[in-house]
Amino acid sequence: MTRTPIALAVMGLVAALIAADLAGSAPLNPYQAPPMLALGSGLAATGAHCAAPVVE
Amino acid sequence: MADTSMDAPRGVFTIGTRGLLIVAALAAVLFVAALAGARYGALLLIGLGFGIALEGLRFGFAGPWRAMILRRDPAGLLAQLVAIALVALAAFPLLASNGEELFGAHAPIGVAMIGGAFVFGAAMQLVMGCGSGTLVNAGSGNVVGAVALPFFALGSFAGAYNLDWWISLGTAPVVVLSGTSGLLATLAGLAAVAALVLWLAPAQARRVPRRLWIAAVAIAGLAILNLVVSGQPWGIVYGLGLWAAKGAQAMGGDLSGSAFWSAPANAERLEQSILTDVTSLTNIGLIGGAFLVSVWRGGLAAKLPRLSPLAWTATVVAGFLLGYSSRLAFGCNVGAFFSGISTGSLHGWAWFAAAFVGAWWGVKLRPKLGLEV
Repeated sequence: MTRTPIALAVMGLVAALIAADLAGSAPLNPYQAPPMLALGSGLAATGAHCAAPVVE
Repeated sequence: MADTSMDAPRGVFTIGTRGLLIVAALAAVLFVAALAGARYGALLLIGLGFGIALEGLRFGFAGPWRAMILRRDPAGLLAQLVAIALVALAAFPLLASNGEELFGAHAPIGVAMIGGAFVFGAAMQLVMGCGSGTLVNAGSGNVVGAVALPFFALGSFAGAYNLDWWISLGTAPVVVLSGTSGLLATLAGLAAVAALVLWLAPAQARRVPRRLWIAAVAIAGLAILNLVVSGQPWGIVYGLGLWAAKGAQAMGGDLSGSAFWSAPANAERLEQSILTDVTSLTNIGLIGGAFLVSVWRGGLAAKLPRLSPLAWTATVVAGFLLGYSSRLAFGCNVGAFFSGISTGSLHGWAWFAAAFVGAWWGVKLRPKLGLEV
């Protein structure tokens, strides 16, 4: 057996993950999206990062 | 005379396949940008860049650490240090002058943090894949990486679930090196590590191949772009835990008992699509970029290894530990080591020391678990 079916399965699972997520998450709205660059946007940084210990 | 009758169709097939790959990648970026917004399309593109650079130029973390431990070959480790230094040169002034818009990978040193980094270092040697490496390996059809990845995600979810308890075991205040003095201290620290590994290396091994120089510059450039576009440094682990947490929630799981997952910022991430989550997008891009390079090169024809049941069990356990330990350590080789040090967090240095000791043990343990075939 070669790597081909493994790689295709992984890509298929990623596609399935995205499809399931889109079905179960809040609807997307590109018109309410933040500016393309955070730098220079004037907006406070948001988002989640693995180094953030914040739990409150 | 060689028979060239098959060459033309094969050549056309290759060009067609490669063209299709580029079109598919760009279509995915445009799809995300149209659906979620330009920033998110850009982050997927950055993730694809990471995957292409890591797989295409064979830049990694677990492999070079193994090479340093076993053969005192410093090339890959030196390339990592160069990439971190390049990011620091841009990140320190950016963070100093745009503290509202951008944030660094800053976290405290603690008992669980150090223990987590140690375990992560050992586990990444067992599966020969770190945070970024496991994603790249899975995308390139490496069966060990593909099996480890879902358990990595489960471990990341579980580690975050109880993170407050682990933090309560003993955690120091966050220490951040900043400004010019902080940048100079960081560069001096990186130079000192580079000097040490060069001193330890045999004379004939004291060189960095051209591809690793190119990779270090490419990875650094992408990491700076990641910071400028998203407002946060490159990370891996949060996204994986989020995928598992969303899965648990979809299956009826109640996450309100977890201080971490019920915190407002994380609860919001659980409600929103992963197509608006920074690390999820770059993770997806990493897998896709590695897949793209593997198909481009014809590397998917490689045979799979035959591993024993013990080796498969070790892969599953190590995959879970990669996720769990990296949550306790406030990041993996990317979020803590690469991004922590390059944005001035002292925990990045503690992570490096603890994980390297763990990696030494992982290298020793790997053959005993049947993982070297």
